[in-house]
Amino acid sequence: MEGAPVKDPPDGPTTVQGEGVHKLSGSEWTLDDLLAIEQICARHAAHYRLDTFPNQLEVISSEQMLDSYVSSGLPVNYGHWSFGKHYLIESANYRSGANSLAYEIVINTDPCIAFLMEDNSLAMQTLVIPHACFGHNSFSKGNYLFRQWTQPDAILDYMLFARNYIADCEERYGADKVEQTLDALHALRDQGLDKYKRPSRLDTRKERAEQAKRLSLAQETMRQAEYYSLVPQSAKAAKADTVFPANPEENLLYFLEKHAPKLEPWQRELARIVRKIAQYFYPQRQTQVMNEGWATFWHHRLINDMYDAGQIDQGILLECLHSHTNVIRQREYSSLNPYALGFAAWNEIKRVCESPTDEDREYLPDVAGKDWLDTFHDIMQNYRDESFLLQFLTPKLVRDFRLMNIHTREGLDHWTVTDTAGPEGFKAIRSQLSAAYRLESAMPEISVVRYAHDTDRKLVLHHQSYNGKLLAKHEATQTLKHLRQLWGFDVSLESIDQNGRTVASY
Amino acid sequence: MTSVIVDRRAQKGKSTANRQRVLKRLDGALKAEVDKLVARHKLKDTDKAVEVTLERKDVTEPRFALDPVSGETGRIIPGNDQYRVGDKIPHNPAQGRGGGQGAGDGQADEEDSFRFVLSREEYLSLLFDELELPPLVKKDLMQIDESRFRRGGVVRYGNPGSVCVVRTFKASIGRRIAAEAQLEEALAEAEAELALARASAIPARVTAAELALKELREETPEIPFLDPVDLRHRSLIEVQKPCTAAVMFCLMDVSSSMDEKRKDLAKRFFTLLYLFLTRKYKKVDLVFIRHTDQAQEVDEDTFFNGTQAGSTKVLSALAKMNEIIDARFPASHYNIFGAQASDGDSFGGDSTESSAYLYTQLLPFSRYFVYAEVGDRPVHGTTSLWAAYRSIESDHFNMATVSARNEVYPALAKLFQREN
Repeated sequence: MEGAPVKDPPDGPTTVQGEGVHKLSGSEWTLDDLLAIEQICARHAAHYRLDTFPNQLEVISSEQMLDSYVSSGLPVNYGHWSFGKHYLIESANYRSGANSLAYEIVINTDPCIAFLMEDNSLAMQTLVIPHACFGHNSFSKGNYLFRQWTQPDAILDYMLFARNYIADCEERYGADKVEQTLDALHALRDQGLDKYKRPSRLDTRKERAEQAKRLSLAQETMRQAEYYSLVPQSAKAAKADTVFPANPEENLLYFLEKHAPKLEPWQRELARIVRKIAQYFYPQRQTQVMNEGWATFWHHRLINDMYDAGQIDQGILLECLHSHTNVIRQREYSSLNPYALGFAAWNEIKRVCESPTDEDREYLPDVAGKDWLDTFHDIMQNYRDESFLLQFLTPKLVRDFRLMNIHTREGLDHWTVTDTAGPEGFKAIRSQLSAAYRLESAMPEISVVRYAHDTDRKLVLHHQSYNGKLLAKHEATQTLKHLRQLWGFDVSLESIDQNGRTVASY
Repeated sequence: MTSVIVDRRAQKGKSTANRQRVLKRLDGALKAEVDKLVARHKLKDTDKAVEVTLERKDVTEPRFALDPVSGETGRIIPGNDQYRVGDKIPHNPAQGRGGGQGAGDGQADEEDSFRFVLSREEYLSLLFDELELPPLVKKDLMQIDESRFRRGGVVRYGNPGSVCVVRTFKASIGRRIAAEAQLEEALAEAEAELALARASAIPARVTAAELALKELREETPEIPFLDPVDLRHRSLIEVQKPCTAAVMFCLMDVSSSMDEKRKDLAKRFFTLLYLFLTRKYKKVDLVFIRHTDQAQEVDEDTFFNGTQAGSTKVLSALAKMNEIIDARFPASHYNIFGAQASDGDSFGGDSTESSAYLYTQLLPFSRYFVYAEVGDRPVHGTTSLWAAYRSIESDHFNMATVSARNEVYPALAKLFQREN
């Protein structure tokens, strides 16, 4: 076995067999088999120092898998028609055979809940348990984004709190009104993220306690503001024409929650709930390649270890490898498959650690020749897709994938190839690839620059445009309608280019 | 570290509520779609789930997104086996031009319509949403022939078996408190009088006061713990229930003049009617009568699928209906509904006889009788049966024509329009 473990595990795989766990074979499984696989994997994973949350395996039907899709894997969610819509679409696609379902879903909770499909064969379960319960699980426990931005032990409580609160609002203020508010808030979900400032800890108990306080305070503040607006302003106060907010605010939902003049207190709470949940998924969106690659690497590794230790038979191994190969398939001339890219990238890092070439020494001097497992843990813990690709993409991977960099701009009817795999093109391809995984390249950067709270209460938003990219007009108009409804007064939105010029307004 | 395994398969789907929400939101569009579907749908399929396709515009969820066409776009493409730096690749018109790959590839959302599957229940509920049987019970026609007992509170009299112990003791406590208070009040008064008398030192007054007090003390009645006036009984009262038992007679002409197309229309009419009835009224009895020149009571399967041929005599079916009413569904116990489908052809005096029979023999007992004429005559209302039936003037009678598949549902809708 290459990459020998740093220290001997307290009890090796032989002990597992000694305990009477039979060799797994065939395609039927029982709940005990699944638990046995999990335990066998746990022993192998200990060799590699994979640190995980306790696992909770849940066997679900295809219908329940569709439910999980709709709520991004969260087992609890509040009620809204949009989830029903996604459910209808997904289930129609599934029934008509257009889409197959995921074999598993796992989210970063503590304990780590992994949903396993009942339709999976024993081999599929043998594949998805190491993938979800050890790959994804260790990633979300170790990676800095997850550690800093999410509280896996608090999210389920928070979702429960959100669901009950929203159900309560529906009863109190009418389902239609709540639905309208949520519609509008959902439209701004992508603009409800703190991208730089770390969000405060989710704490349901605190949240509940402070909610009442916030409500009464908000009402009091509003009342005072109304009152003071009746008092004639002194000349001095009127002159102080400061721009508010002092710095542009990127989190629209936060701004609405705190400053929207016309929102009811409960609507502010809904804004808070929507943005807290959106925030929770922020790290996942930034670590897709790394996370999937990591999980794929480890299921591949652990399955082979299980076979070597005689815990699974050849039939299972072959079926696993067959599925594994499908998962990491990269079609030519299509978008990149994060599983394929991630798996290849991690394998490349291992190769560079163990048998670096001169080229590797030149481009990845910090990795070449190091202990691969230490390096793996360090990288897993401290990077996200963008920085991961920028730092650890190897020229060999670019060649193996035969990547090319193509460009076009508005008005042209063709793409121009600017770089191909090779020494000259490597750096350009690397930075372009890394930039593609920067969230901002897909999500428009919109911020509040001015709120005229003394005059007509107009809200001014700017979209920071890069490379001449503008907002999709129709969607922007529709989204603005939702925003105006929440704000209650006029809202303007302009695209500003890098030189500060207005290039479009919506 | 402990691992747990949970089998969730038995749990019901969590999306049911959200599914209802989106269906409610799509209500208008769905109804229009269902009306279209029922026109071209095979009725046999009404038993199954139904797939519908709707425009996405009712349920769009807009977001701020970058326009993929605008500005400069760069992409990394794998699998290059032919291009060199500087080569030009024309845009693939079918693919459009995706923005950056990776995180935000959402082509699936770009479609303009979305399909989904309505369950049979959902489909039928949309289909029959506006339809209603005429009110089963009208004030002047209310028939009381069923009664049952229900709790009617607490009363003072009743048999010993129905004593309500708690309420009896409550009454007893109240009575005792009241009686004791009265007695104590009288004693206190008498003692006060005695004190006053002694103070006034008038012997006669003292004697009188002492006597009064003594009498009062001696005569103090024992306050009984339980007195007959305390008794409370649970009461049962008899309530009378209007009759809601109903029977629907389905009468179909299967004579030779009913060609396949007409039979098909008639069957469709009855299939829809049948679905509607079984859905709305779980307890409606259904009687199927098909007729040529002879009428025959048949089961549901034969009614819809059996074949028979012969000449036409509508009266035979009406007489059969009357016969069955007499035998099994006395008008005093049932709300009687009738539905008849025919091509309207009948010979000799049959039409007028039938019309008269219907008017005099059946309508007086029937809650509602509908007639659907199937066929593709250029002008409706030229058949003898139609002409004869038209002379019937009654709130309990209605008729409609059906000449094409897509008219079946509107005809049914017209006949069973919900009353406001």
